[in-house]
Amino acid sequence: MSLLCEIPNPSRRAVLMTGGALFAWAYMPRFARAANNRDPRLIVIVLRGALDGLSTVGPVGDPDYAGLHGDIALSLSGPHAALPLDGFFAVNPAMPVFARLFKAKQAAVVHAAATGYRERSHFDGQDVLESGFAGPGHVATGWLNRALESLPSGDRVATLGGLAVGPSTPLVIRGSAPVLGWAPQYLPAPSDTLAARVLDLYSHRDPVLAVALKRGLDADKMALGDKMDSMKPKGGLDSAAGMRQAAQGAAKLIAADDGPRVAALAFDGWDTHVNEGGATGRLASLLGGLDGAFEEFEKGLGERWKDTAIVAITEFGRTARINGTVGTDHGTGTVALLAGGAIKGGRVIADWPGLKPAQLYEQRDLAPTSDVRAVLKGLLADQFGLSAAVLGDKVFPESGSVNPMRDLIT
Amino acid sequence: MAAPASPTRPDSALVVFNRFGLGARPGDLDKLKGDLRGDPRAYLKAELRQPDIAMIPYDDPAYAGLLGSTAAIQASMAASFQRKLDMQAGTRQATMTNVAAVPPPVAPTMPAVASAKPAAVAEMLAKPTTLAAGATKPVAQPPAAPPAPPPIEARLFQAEAQARFDKALKADVGFVERLVYFWSNHFCVSVAKDNIIRASAGAFEREAIRPFVLGRFADMLLAVEHHPAMLFYLDNQQSVGPKSRAGNNGKRGLNENLAREILELHTLGVGGGYSQADVTSFARILTGWMIGGRDGHLGEPGNFAFNANAHEPSDEVLLGKTYPAGGQGQAEAALNDIARHPATAQHIATQIARHFIADNPPPAAVTRLAKVFVKSDGDLRAMAATLIDMPEAWSTPLAKMRSPFDFIVAIRRAAGPDPANNPNQSLGWLNALGEPLWQPPGPNGFADEADAWASAEGMKIRLDIAWQAARQVKNIGNPDDTLNAVIGPSASPETRLAIAQAESKQQGLAMLLMAPEFQRR
Repeated sequence: MSLLCEIPNPSRRAVLMTGGALFAWAYMPRFARAANNRDPRLIVIVLRGALDGLSTVGPVGDPDYAGLHGDIALSLSGPHAALPLDGFFAVNPAMPVFARLFKAKQAAVVHAAATGYRERSHFDGQDVLESGFAGPGHVATGWLNRALESLPSGDRVATLGGLAVGPSTPLVIRGSAPVLGWAPQYLPAPSDTLAARVLDLYSHRDPVLAVALKRGLDADKMALGDKMDSMKPKGGLDSAAGMRQAAQGAAKLIAADDGPRVAALAFDGWDTHVNEGGATGRLASLLGGLDGAFEEFEKGLGERWKDTAIVAITEFGRTARINGTVGTDHGTGTVALLAGGAIKGGRVIADWPGLKPAQLYEQRDLAPTSDVRAVLKGLLADQFGLSAAVLGDKVFPESGSVNPMRDLIT
Repeated sequence: MAAPASPTRPDSALVVFNRFGLGARPGDLDKLKGDLRGDPRAYLKAELRQPDIAMIPYDDPAYAGLLGSTAAIQASMAASFQRKLDMQAGTRQATMTNVAAVPPPVAPTMPAVASAKPAAVAEMLAKPTTLAAGATKPVAQPPAAPPAPPPIEARLFQAEAQARFDKALKADVGFVERLVYFWSNHFCVSVAKDNIIRASAGAFEREAIRPFVLGRFADMLLAVEHHPAMLFYLDNQQSVGPKSRAGNNGKRGLNENLAREILELHTLGVGGGYSQADVTSFARILTGWMIGGRDGHLGEPGNFAFNANAHEPSDEVLLGKTYPAGGQGQAEAALNDIARHPATAQHIATQIARHFIADNPPPAAVTRLAKVFVKSDGDLRAMAATLIDMPEAWSTPLAKMRSPFDFIVAIRRAAGPDPANNPNQSLGWLNALGEPLWQPPGPNGFADEADAWASAEGMKIRLDIAWQAARQVKNIGNPDDTLNAVIGPSASPETRLAIAQAESKQQGLAMLLMAPEFQRR
């Protein structure tokens, strides 16, 4: 199946490289940003809850896809046809902006990607994704912050620091490098997901509290419905409106001449065990929010868009087969989405593992063939000139064997 | 309403930390297992033995902002007088501007009294939280007019609130703190009454409640009814004996408020066997119990003062006993007797059992507590120990709701204080949940039944708060671990699963803070 995929497994490629080439890469001088007048920016969007990569960028050319993913598989035909990216992959129709950027060679997909984490706990998966360590439990600092910290003192990017968007600082950007905090000007009500989960727990354990909370939530909804539209809170970072709004504000801050050059956002709500939906439905609505965020960054960054790389990552994927409640459970391989004027786009980068039972990871999940850390290392190396040695030791500790994926940046 | 789902005997760790205490902090459950070899009763009693356990340490520089009630009331009186002068000056200048060629100096603005209004609460809740974690520095909010320096009453209130929250977070189990809140609510005053109470409510608790929670009920009663905050709150300041020297002109007369509430709420209880004649008689006995005014005529301003001119100079019959005329001592004698009345024992025993065991307390538990009250001459330490030893305290299902204050404290203990360690957010949450600090709806205090707090609106707001709190936690740990640390092995399988399946740590922590095991006590 790999004939449709442009770049083979980067780690396999790395093995093929000569020792000399590795050595040369590791100690290459810093990217000469001043010389070509670039002013690079990197935006990391963490999608919490484990994104279904197979419903985001569907392998519509894979003969086993429709059977496994059932009613929620993307399709090139029908009323909500997926948007073709190449002859094999198509993106969810909720993401027209991403499809347009892809055509303009400003967006790319790394498919069948995963961190080094192979278990199925959100919490541990997010620790690994955001801390950059090989295993869970490291929660003091994140790789993005350590990347800032690793830049030479006086470096413009390091001096301007990072931006954390949202009411709490994502782990990925926590650490000793300076980070600015910003949150949209409203108190997001707790997500409907949280309310539903608490209600579900009460219905099993405490019916009295279930009745009270249900009535309170209903009254709240009615009260909000009566108000003028502008009075409504835009919603939390697990709603399409909230994602768009967060990106809009962040773009303003990042676009400023003296604004931060790296930013971290965290969008919630991707844990789609039940009624996930495919081309339409809950997941599509969230993907629409992410697409809206891409659009707001493109608009808000203006001139700076050309120097910007955005990467959207998640702790792990979901099962390839849909479950009994038309959703998916915790899986492994998924997608990393890249967008921005600095991205060398128009490509789905994957060493496609296939979807036959024997090809699935633990016979359940899309098997990971690309390491998310390789993608992130590649972005950091080419945007900010961090060396493979620093990336392998300090930013992503003990990851020397995971080589930066090159040529992601124009 | 119905009891919660689990009819089984509650886990003893939850009885210690939820029923008796303020919620476990990570590590507390291990201490219960380790230090005291799993003897939960001994663990609770250990707190009763710690010297000065109920007191706020005045010599701690952190509490330099606290004033005694007399000084606080003096400051409030002075500020109120100054505001009056400023207002008059402002009015005069406003009338002069027509003729003055030179603009007059700007009159100082009258400071607004900070009181909990629904709009202010909504605004507090709606305010975006700025990040203050670690290297994260908050982006300045859009520039607003610099706020006027708060009036002295608001500053004192804030310092007292800070001290109360600090104490709650540092408490080991928090049983003694829970006793403080119980008695403070039993003998409540309200800051909504007047700035004088806003300035002195915290001092009232420190002076009239804390020193006595493990002492004698009669001593607490005397301290409370002597206290200027109580005398002011229940209008005894206004009360004048009709036959007293001050009452002879007929302009001012008797006010029964304090006398009625002492009998109805503080001691005997409704149906405690007193009549209207007793109330009136007791009111006459209490005349002259006042606060020294700003002018200093009665004694030190802001302090308790006995005004012999306002005191009814006659013998009075109360509950069948005659109290001979005798100035201030007449009421003291009456209070000493009422404190030991069998109806008082029954009333206090019922309230304590309702607070710590169940809305409808087991009659045997009430009877036992009442007996101890009588036998020990109102020894509140003996009452607390009895409560700990009572089988009903360990077998009754955890069906009560944590009060808003207990809920917020439990959140802070489980998840860590907010980064700024500033009481304002907690105070805002308390307002939103309908239990504004030291501001009960009436002299009967805040409700103590589960239904009062498990309301529709209340639960929705608890959800909002749980979510807000969870998102603020810096370096949030694994919520499964937090569940084990603050609820322990008795967490229900459903709760355990719901938290394990949360899609983020924040969501998992919010689920924990909303779990029945966290809400109920």
